[in-house]
Amino acid sequence: MRLTRLSLSFFIALTVNQSLVFASPLVDQQQIYAFYQTVFPQLPFKDYADGVYAIDADAKTSWLAINEFPPYEFELEEGKALFQKAFNNGKHYADCFSNEGIAIAQLYPQWNIKTQSITTLATAINDCRIVNHAEPLKFAEDEITKITAYMAYTSRGQKINTVIPSDPAALTAYELGKTYFYQRRGQLNFSCASCHVQNAGKFIRSEILSPALGHTTHWPAYRLKTGKLGSLHRRFIVCNTLIRAPIDKAQSPALRQLEFFLSNMSNGLTLNGPSVRK
Amino acid sequence: MSTIKIRSKQFPDYTLVRVLVAHPMETGRNKNEDTDELIPAHFIQTLTFKHNGKVLSQCQMGYGISKNPFFSYKIKTAKAGDMVSISWQDNLNYSDTLEHII
Repeated sequence: MRLTRLSLSFFIALTVNQSLVFASPLVDQQQIYAFYQTVFPQLPFKDYADGVYAIDADAKTSWLAINEFPPYEFELEEGKALFQKAFNNGKHYADCFSNEGIAIAQLYPQWNIKTQSITTLATAINDCRIVNHAEPLKFAEDEITKITAYMAYTSRGQKINTVIPSDPAALTAYELGKTYFYQRRGQLNFSCASCHVQNAGKFIRSEILSPALGHTTHWPAYRLKTGKLGSLHRRFIVCNTLIRAPIDKAQSPALRQLEFFLSNMSNGLTLNGPSVRK
Repeated sequence: MSTIKIRSKQFPDYTLVRVLVAHPMETGRNKNEDTDELIPAHFIQTLTFKHNGKVLSQCQMGYGISKNPFFSYKIKTAKAGDMVSISWQDNLNYSDTLEHII
């Protein structure tokens, strides 16, 4: 009897362990894509990079017309100038990044083994400023967004490649991001998944809800509503405001974990930021 | 860095010239969030479009036009190698001009 109980508990421990292995980031990605295939059977994988325009033909027509002469070009030029400007010690942003900061945006967010935390492109830029004795920039504001816009622009056409190492701390961060995505919160009791998984492709008032797959490919985005470029984390904050949830700050651990999870989901899609969104 | 960007594209029966101007287009009714003071009006008053030196259109603009305004013109008579130009002048007497070869 005792032996059976022991073996049973051992069996449970084994299955729990197996289920942890089973829910690996790669499997999560395959499952979510399999789910979206049932919702949008005609949509090829690569088209998810266009976000909601992949599933809204009318909006795509005007979006393509805007893309012929995109309104973010002035900000992109400013971003290039900011990126190339030297710090007081004569060094540049290019010295902090691999490949001199060109065509590397698809590698972020990434797991930082030293600090045991997630490094996003924005935190990497600020880390670079701190190393070079410059004041860190305010997250989700214009200057840092313009710099990320230029870095994303040089990375256009690269495939999103978020690596989640098999380090337990990295996997925990990933799982926390996944929990954040599926957790209902706020006065309206919505989760990210309520709109972008369960109701993807359906109308919310006049707008069509985009699938979460492809949410991290096109940042920063110029919103026609605000008339300027905005970062992914600013969009997270807007979403949390809309569902009347407590606001997590830009680049806070919770939002970085969410970005880590979402970005892993979009692995293999083409980076096409900066972009225009309604 | 010019405040104007011009791009043109030729179609079988016309040439499309598109223009983007970087300008704050302040109405004079917006407030500075930090100091709670009104931001002075600053908007483009005239926008002139020329084709080979000849004025084709002159817009008399007010503060109802959006920030960083965008315009497009269709010209039937333009040929490759023709020159178009855009110039603007605002209420604070700033101005800019840009020429573009089709």
